[in-house]
Amino acid sequence: MSARNNILQKLRSGLVGTTPRPDDFDERLVTEPWQYNPDDRIRQLRTQMEAVHTELYQVTSQNWPEKVAEVLAARNLGNLLHAPGTEHGSQLAEYWQSSGQSVELLTYDRPIEEWKDELFWNVDASVTGTLGAIAATGSLVVWPDRMEPRLMSLLPPLHIALLKASEIEDNLYTFMKRNNWSAGMPTNLLLVSGPSKTADIEQVLAFGAHGPKELVVLILEDA
Amino acid sequence: MNQRIPVTELTSTFRERATGALADQQLRTNFRTAMDSLMQKRADAFPDEDEREGLRELGNRIKARALSQLPDLLEQLEANLTANGVKVHWAETTEEANQIVHSIIEARQGTQVVKGKSMVSEEMEMNEYLADRGIECLESDMGEYIVQLDHEKPSHIIMPAIHKNRHQVARLFHDKLGVDETDDVDELIQIGRRTLRRKFLEADVGVSGVNFAIAETGTLLLVENEGNGRMSTTAPPVHIAVTGIEKVVQNLRDVVPLLSLLTRSALGQPITTYVNMISSPRKPDELDGPEEVHLVLLDNGRSGAFADAQLRQTLNCIRCGACINHCPVYVRVGGHTYGEVYPGPIGKIITPHMVGLQKVPDHPSASSLCGACGEVCPVKIPIPEMLQRLRQENVKSPAEGPKVKDGGAKYSAKERLIWRVWKTLNTSPALYRLFLWGATRFRKLTPSNVGPWTENHTAPVPARRSLHDLARNHLSGNGSAKGGQ
Ligand code: SF4
Repeated sequence: MSARNNILQKLRSGLVGTTPRPDDFDERLVTEPWQYNPDDRIRQLRTQMEAVHTELYQVTSQNWPEKVAEVLAARNLGNLLHAPGTEHGSQLAEYWQSSGQSVELLTYDRPIEEWKDELFWNVDASVTGTLGAIAATGSLVVWPDRMEPRLMSLLPPLHIALLKASEIEDNLYTFMKRNNWSAGMPTNLLLVSGPSKTADIEQVLAFGAHGPKELVVLILEDA
Repeated sequence: MNQRIPVTELTSTFRERATGALADQQLRTNFRTAMDSLMQKRADAFPDEDEREGLRELGNRIKARALSQLPDLLEQLEANLTANGVKVHWAETTEEANQIVHSIIEARQGTQVVKGKSMVSEEMEMNEYLADRGIECLESDMGEYIVQLDHEKPSHIIMPAIHKNRHQVARLFHDKLGVDETDDVDELIQIGRRTLRRKFLEADVGVSGVNFAIAETGTLLLVENEGNGRMSTTAPPVHIAVTGIEKVVQNLRDVVPLLSLLTRSALGQPITTYVNMISSPRKPDELDGPEEVHLVLLDNGRSGAFADAQLRQTLNCIRCGACINHCPVYVRVGGHTYGEVYPGPIGKIITPHMVGLQKVPDHPSASSLCGACGEVCPVKIPIPEMLQRLRQENVKSPAEGPKVKDGGAKYSAKERLIWRVWKTLNTSPALYRLFLWGATRFRKLTPSNVGPWTENHTAPVPARRSLHDLARNHLSGNGSAKGGQ
């Protein structure tokens, strides 16, 4: 503990006779430039996300599983990781069965240690929910949990994210406020703004660095 | 011209390295191209000047507020992280930090470490430290991976491999990984992806840096584009985050403007692909994520900078790299010339506190004080002012008690004496006149070698008649003041 004490003591001696600066956070600076009327909100999100190679589709809360099947078929993929314990996961599973889809549905129902190899190499795609999105920067808010663990949106080459149109906020600040994040944060909270990318070689943009090569967002509107 | 500068073997001085770098046309082209593009991207990301300046002012205030209560915030951060199940460690030196990291790995009998991008781990030379103890520590950021594969050091804090072009990377991958040589950037990245994915799977421990540590909630925030940061902090059973003590901010909302400033200043992006907020290890009912999360808080000279109210501003830095991208010196000499972890303007103002001025005596003066760095800094660090201050500290005599580690590195009693004589001469009219009288008459006696000046210039010789003399002549109407040489 001596390193701790030494560091704190050194810092304290530098502050003798001073008082902490007041908190004069001006929230207008992080909200006013980033406000949109309802029609523009989705447009702003779309523009931002498409600029970084994200595909967005506006679908309904009823027919979206069809779109998932279509996206997978277009890429000729063999399996899809889903979470049957969630509302959207069970809706997808139902559709899959009733329409006789051939793409195999996988479930993240055991600790990563038990199927690391398979998840790392053999899962083609995943579909997860989101907490909402931020129009200003084109970001999805992803809150992984037991049903949809952290690696589910990271390892498969294709990530399909479901976003309710009503959950799109103007900017990060209002999103944070509305959900009262400062009162307590989950294990892991993510903002995801496109597929994984890098510009580390000659600043040439390449997608699919370590995470998903493709991100597809389905914006769900009430039918 | 594929010659590289092996930083680890550097024994030369800044000047010598700069001379070498300036003669390397390939290196200069690589940097010029990259920096021009980064400057343009930043400019495009801040189309509205008022918005930008308002945000910079806010960024500055947030950092100043955090520093004004730094020890309290560190304690609050520690308490909240501990309550969340994260173990917090403190290290005064890089040696201590390495020991902590090593003992955590040892306790798990780990042999493989995979690392997200972390400049603090570069400060620690963690890769080398662990390698000496039989632990493989692999970089997973594409740029860092390329640099590590070639036994180099990063040449830029955001773009570590910016000094290399695609052909150089292609050859490197061919030589080291046995793959076919390809100039296609997409293919090169896919080679890296496959190689590193295996490592993510096998690693016992993941190491990462931290962009902001939030005291209010006990949260570590990391930004990145590749997903390697998320991998390193999620896939292995243990996650160790290493960071400097200045990275703490008070409230969660404080990161909103800082995040925007960071990604726009660094890469011209409205946001990075991933903003990863970690507040605890895997909870009992969760199916992935590390079982253990550790945070190592490193001082390494930062408290030295903190001790002085002016130099404390150095710790505002959010490591965006904008000052580097806009620096006319950096773009010409490249990152490796600085010979230390942090290059460019930020390197010049932070490195002396870490390694001492004795080791980097040329750092404060390797600047034209053009002011570009201070103008773009998103948290408004007056970098030119810091440089001037460090120049003063650099020439203080031991008796004057320099305030910076190993200050007075360039103090010279002879130089001090010369300036004292100069001052006396210029503040006493009688002496000055006497000097002028002598200088103009014995002008042929000035030495032909006056130190560094005569390396590139001819030696100065006083004029036959002084300006005063000529002016007096002229004003008294005494003819056609023809004088001079
Ligand atoms: S000194 Fe300012 S401009 Fe330079 S890296 Fe730090 S925050 Fe960015």
